[in-house]
Amino acid sequence: MNLTLKIWRQKNAKEKGQMVDYKISNVSPDMSFLEMLDVLNNELIEKGDDPVAFDHDCREGICGMCSLFINGEAHGPDRGITTCQLHMRMFKDGDTIYIEPFRAKAFPVIKDLVVDRTAFDKIQHAGGFVSVNTSGNTQDANAIPIPKHDADRAFDAATCIGCGACVATCKNSSAMLFVSAKVSQFALLPQGKVEAAERVLNMVNEMDALGFGNCTNTGACEVECPKGISLENIARMNREYLKASLK
Amino acid sequence: MAKSALLKSSLAKKYWMALTGLFLCLFLVGHLAGNLQLIFGDASAFNEYALFMTTNPAVKVLSYVTYISILFHAIDGIVLTIQNKKARPIGYAKNNAAANSSFSSRNMAVLGTLLLVFIVTHMVNFWAKMHFTQMPLQTIEVKMEGQKPLIVYKTVQEQYIPVEAVDRGQVELKGTKFYQFGTDLKVADGYKDLHKITIEFFKDPSYGIFYTIGYVLAMIVLGFHLSHGFASAFQSLGINNPRYNGVVKGIGYLFAYLVPALFAIIPLYIYFIK
Repeated sequence: MNLTLKIWRQKNAKEKGQMVDYKISNVSPDMSFLEMLDVLNNELIEKGDDPVAFDHDCREGICGMCSLFINGEAHGPDRGITTCQLHMRMFKDGDTIYIEPFRAKAFPVIKDLVVDRTAFDKIQHAGGFVSVNTSGNTQDANAIPIPKHDADRAFDAATCIGCGACVATCKNSSAMLFVSAKVSQFALLPQGKVEAAERVLNMVNEMDALGFGNCTNTGACEVECPKGISLENIARMNREYLKASLK
Repeated sequence: MAKSALLKSSLAKKYWMALTGLFLCLFLVGHLAGNLQLIFGDASAFNEYALFMTTNPAVKVLSYVTYISILFHAIDGIVLTIQNKKARPIGYAKNNAAANSSFSSRNMAVLGTLLLVFIVTHMVNFWAKMHFTQMPLQTIEVKMEGQKPLIVYKTVQEQYIPVEAVDRGQVELKGTKFYQFGTDLKVADGYKDLHKITIEFFKDPSYGIFYTIGYVLAMIVLGFHLSHGFASAFQSLGINNPRYNGVVKGIGYLFAYLVPALFAIIPLYIYFIK
């Protein structure tokens, strides 16, 4: 396949960036998207150009490190996958592909396609944990009876890998799907109930303070989420927050 | 913190948006039921309804809640939109939003702004006239055999006052009230003829067609706004369960198509049939 790539290039956080065109040929449909970028970077390095910086780590759809807004969609046109799981067979010979960083005020660009997602860690620090006594007398978690239904939904929420696709795809750069998944995974379990009210208030406050937008229920996040985190979680966060605010 | 959380936070703004929006949905149902009398009722039924809506104390309270809801819904919407725009200072070169969200859901602010413009013009055309101007009062033609028909004012007290009696100066008309000439002895209250104003508005020989088209377009905008807004309000209030989501969405779409369609039929009926 021969492709035209339009890639966002930005030297560093301070300088202005712009879209730059690259031609790439002999792309195999079996390549992953990141492998295609690896090939492009090899060519750039051979030419003595600066390779395109992009985030990646495990390359098996678990770490949540790879990002990229490809042809107008977070993680590209396929569903339920991260960018590392996107394959070139999703594109046609002669296609023009736009590759941009995840855009949000709270996710500033560090270089080219790499953005700083520390904001998510800050939200986690604000309440995304349970306080457990680790002095050696910790109760075995399996000894606490939990209804299967709740356990399943908590697990579904916990599959969030914090990649930020929800923020990138939301027209408001809202982080509600992420925050609601983190709130839900604890709110549904007895271990998380103790700090539930404090957690949701602190995490939502932190989210607001970091400059993420508001949810307008477009549902785009749910569609683009590589882990299929459901809007039900946002509704649960809305309930939890209302309950906590009235306390 | 809890108290400020219910006023300032991102989620609180959504609660208020949802609550005011759902209240305005209820208002639409009431308003529609009244307006449909322009098709199914006569002038008297409509004017009696109009009088009830402008004087009943309970309705007055509801109408103030409605004004406040519209204002709050609009201001909250503007604040949310500004914040949301700020959350992404640099946009995408290519954004395929249609792949993951509906047109309505992405354009609620634009649709809402258009609706606000409509509401203001609609209130200037009818509400302001009803409240602040000298309206014509409703008259009825009484036919008697062998005589020329008598035009009388219909009154709340169900007395009929001949128009001639007012013209000849036997009865004095101040606002909507009839007085015995030269005294402050009230005889009866007339009905403001909102029915006539409405029919004449849409039947205006030069502008009626534009008013009708404008009204129908506004109802299409309302349909789009509601097709996202109705179900969205439930989600914002935390009401989301796979067991009944389908029902909420279904009612939302039914409401979004049916209510504006019924509203739009009224001016079309007046312009083309009445």
